[in-house]
Amino acid sequence: MLQSKFKSLTPRNDVLSFVVLAVLLLVLLPLLFDIFRLNLIGKYLTFAFVAIGLVLSWGLGGILSLGQGIFFGIGGYAMAMFLKLEASTPENTAIQSTPGIPDFMDWNQLTALPWFWEPFHSFGFTLVAIIVLPAIFAYIIGAAMFKRRVGGVYFAIITQAIAAILTILIIGQQGYTGGVNGITDLRTLLGWDIRTDSAKYILYFVNAILLLAVLVAAQYIRKSKLGRLLVAMRDSEDRVRFSGYDVDNYKIFIFCIAGIFSSIGGAMFTLQVGFMSPSLIGIVPSIEMVIFAAVGGNLSIFGAVYGALIVNWAKTILSESYPEVWLFAMGALFIAVVLAFPKGLAGLYETYLQPKVDKLLDKKLKKDKAE
Amino acid sequence: MFADYTWAELGSIFAMQGFSGLILFAVLLLMALGLAIIFGQMGVINMAHGEFMILGAYITYLTSNLFADFLPSLFDIYFFIAMIFAFIGTFLLGMLVEWSLIRHLYKRPLDTLLATWGLSLILQQLYRTVFGPREVGVSLPDWMMGSYALTDTIEIPINGIIVMVITFVITVGVFLFLQKSRKGKQARAVVQNRAMAGAVGINTAKVDRFTFALGCGIAGIAGATFTMIGSTGPTSGQLYIVDTFLVVVFGGAASLLGTIASAFSIAQAQSIMEFFLSGSMAKVLTLLAVIVILMLRPQGLFSLKVRK
Amino acid sequence: MDNKISPATMKRRKVLKSLLAIPAAMALAGGTFGSLAHASEVNTTGLAVTDDTVKVGILHSVTGTMAISETGSVQAEKLAIEQINAMGGVLGRKIEYIQEDGASDWPTFAEKSKKLLVNDKVAAVFGCWTSASRKAALPVFEQYNGMLFYPTFYEGLEQSPNVIYTGQEATQQILKGIDWAKETKGAKKFFLLGSDYIWPRTSNKIARKHIEKLGLKVVGEEYYPLGHTQFNSVINKIKLKKPDVIFTTVVGGSNVAFYKQLKAAGIDLTKEKPLVLTLSVTEDEILGIGGENVEGLYASMKYFQSLPNDNNKKFEAAFKKMWGEKSVIGDVTQAAYLGPWLWKAAVEKAGSFDVDAIKKTLPGIELTTAPEGYVKVHPNHHLWSKSRIGHAKADGTFDVVYESKELIEPNPFPKGYQ
Repeated sequence: MLQSKFKSLTPRNDVLSFVVLAVLLLVLLPLLFDIFRLNLIGKYLTFAFVAIGLVLSWGLGGILSLGQGIFFGIGGYAMAMFLKLEASTPENTAIQSTPGIPDFMDWNQLTALPWFWEPFHSFGFTLVAIIVLPAIFAYIIGAAMFKRRVGGVYFAIITQAIAAILTILIIGQQGYTGGVNGITDLRTLLGWDIRTDSAKYILYFVNAILLLAVLVAAQYIRKSKLGRLLVAMRDSEDRVRFSGYDVDNYKIFIFCIAGIFSSIGGAMFTLQVGFMSPSLIGIVPSIEMVIFAAVGGNLSIFGAVYGALIVNWAKTILSESYPEVWLFAMGALFIAVVLAFPKGLAGLYETYLQPKVDKLLDKKLKKDKAE
Repeated sequence: MFADYTWAELGSIFAMQGFSGLILFAVLLLMALGLAIIFGQMGVINMAHGEFMILGAYITYLTSNLFADFLPSLFDIYFFIAMIFAFIGTFLLGMLVEWSLIRHLYKRPLDTLLATWGLSLILQQLYRTVFGPREVGVSLPDWMMGSYALTDTIEIPINGIIVMVITFVITVGVFLFLQKSRKGKQARAVVQNRAMAGAVGINTAKVDRFTFALGCGIAGIAGATFTMIGSTGPTSGQLYIVDTFLVVVFGGAASLLGTIASAFSIAQAQSIMEFFLSGSMAKVLTLLAVIVILMLRPQGLFSLKVRK
Repeated sequence: MDNKISPATMKRRKVLKSLLAIPAAMALAGGTFGSLAHASEVNTTGLAVTDDTVKVGILHSVTGTMAISETGSVQAEKLAIEQINAMGGVLGRKIEYIQEDGASDWPTFAEKSKKLLVNDKVAAVFGCWTSASRKAALPVFEQYNGMLFYPTFYEGLEQSPNVIYTGQEATQQILKGIDWAKETKGAKKFFLLGSDYIWPRTSNKIARKHIEKLGLKVVGEEYYPLGHTQFNSVINKIKLKKPDVIFTTVVGGSNVAFYKQLKAAGIDLTKEKPLVLTLSVTEDEILGIGGENVEGLYASMKYFQSLPNDNNKKFEAAFKKMWGEKSVIGDVTQAAYLGPWLWKAAVEKAGSFDVDAIKKTLPGIELTTAPEGYVKVHPNHHLWSKSRIGHAKADGTFDVVYESKELIEPNPFPKGYQ
């Protein structure tokens, strides 16, 4: 048992998984699908960023956050604010009573750009914000909770409540945030039209490469001492604490990392879909993000990507052909993942496919050696 | 804002406002009671709690149609019979769910969250298929709607009084059950130490099933009661879920007394703030206050002192 | 269940037969069936048009929280399409619809719009309900040059060449309603109450400006989160402020809670002290609230199921035949019904399915036989329509107590109200 656990950590399998995924994302999918479908896949992949973060914090660290939508939203809104400001040139908004500010502000009688929007004129600041803001936010939440040993179920419910608050706030403060409609009608990024097909191709590849980079980073964290400590903490927090480790800081750190990953996903979502709205932040999307990780297998970083892809794909297909059954299917999926295959797709792979793959590789290795 | 009013007017407004705080308290408590048993006592995160409540509401709807069609003479009291049906219906569904789903997951509380979320999706779609996507209107006997004029200026909503009475009865009932009855003691024993409880001859599986179903049954009664003040539709249940969990967590999950105290303080805070601020901000501030307090005092208002 | 989305074929045939006679009058100037043009002539942009058929899209939420509201629109659009097909279709082509589910999720609306326009190449889309879904889908329609017929009354502040707004924008719905409350009911003090999102806030802004222009007073303005179910505090506030009119834009499940609690708090709507004037309760919503709880409520909108004209009687009969005797028709449902008819009229006038061609012909298109009466498309792509006030009865229908004499000009960017 122990051996097999370590086996899955051996580089050979990881390299293989990585290559397979890279080929799938960068070669196969773009060849197989037209730009419309590819753009959808790009959208699904933005949720994979969140799922990878959840594998780190939940699968490894045992910290289940039901509020990852918060961070997805921070990244998404940061990017959307930048794009909206770029789209709201005085020429484009000439019919407004105050030209040069986003249209929804004008409808809400704002006559000047609010101070916290100002820095988002700068692309550099926006990029920094996408990384730093979720980290700060996650730090505040994490520090407040983990230092007081709030964990498990309580943490899940509190993060869920925070997601609910954030949604109500964004919807209520519509003059500053675009309200329930979100920030829509985004057009260009530094003058480059993001709505054209060619732009969507490029964005898809940027997204896929970023995802692969995040994947490598996550894998690195997982294999580092930190990753092993996290697993140890998850299984017996007190023992790790008594061994002299500062458990809380490790938890905060991994929660921040998960937040940053989600935020990057959110920013890529805005770029590819062309808008951001509170409907991606609240309780329901946040729980759905957890299910992506669970379907993939909450211990498997690669599984997270497949989980996000497959669940979203199923959602699209089912809701196209059988809108009435898709909730049944989704519900059944949740239950099946928990009851029938708690390790998700990754678990199925490890049980059924991996032995065969290993055998194959071993054979080849032996052959190579023999030669 | 009070300059233009006489003291008498202000007095009656404050009386009514105090009363609406009490109604909100009763509503929150009734929502949370079932969950206080399921989550607080058993540690199961039942995300489908709202859907159990809505099942109770739908059963009330069906019963009202039944009485209107076949027993119009008894329509005035159908509501109480509907409540019993609602309890039975949700109790049975609770047993089924425990048997098929929850019993496999007692050692994995976070997984119960996912599985019951899936269950809630299935139930929602089931309601939609059976009752249609639109909200249904549950008609109530006339005497239950309307208000009772205490003085010329103070009017007390009758449905508020009914909610309060029901909440009171159920709360006392649950309290007595857990503290005094044999089954209740068994339930607590199982929660506190499953192995030991089993060792002294308690059939833990049976007790679990009963406790879970009881929590669901209370949710059903709550749902039936809320047809007086809220909407009944496939997705109405989701409206309650965050509030319900916060009430239980804020109170200190394992403490029934805590749940009561927490429902009371959240209700009063919210209804006072609603009066002085706008509705949205009141909600946000209430939730924020709850979270901040929980961060300072993660075990909730009341906590059981147990060795881990 | 008689309000299932897809009726049995048998039933459909029966309906068709009975419908054949009815809407012949809906045929408008420019209708040219008989003289069929070749598909390539009426369709130069590669839309899904053959010699016999033309594809259109229906895009509403069938699942999720908005399914409650959007069902009626789907039913109305399908009815209109059936009727048009029974009359021989559009330019001699039968309409085939592709239905997509927006799932109450705004990104999904954008995604499905794109699917309909890019993959299915539909000639027009009838759909969207909430403003948020329309805002999400709008850039897609503009980018791929599609045509959207949007049925809901909404806040205005928008005017896209790719959208026809068949519901009323805010000023059409609000101004006459407030004038009426002042003139007929002598109202002086108003309390504005809404769900917390853009439509109620914009509507109340317009209402407040207009109330103040008339020299009247707004004594309170309150917003509650969507889905809120506790209104006792605000009801107490209302009692304290003693307004003559509660002007509400509460939506969805909150409505049920609000009216039940209002009644329980001793505010009897039939006594009109205060009078409650709503923009958001149609016959559809009353199903969920219960007619007995809203008896005496006034609603300001352009259509009520009880409108006594002949067009409406035929429409109501056809609707009930197709979707069951118990089905009700609200303001938005009627507006959704206009979509396919307006599109047909525009296509036949243009003699082409090309979106650019119908964009040109749409302004000025009129329907003399709409259930709500005569309507006409304004160059700003909204409809000229009348303002009406309905008085709710316990059986869930409205008596029309006021109707503006003239058609009201749509004004999505009202000067002086922003």
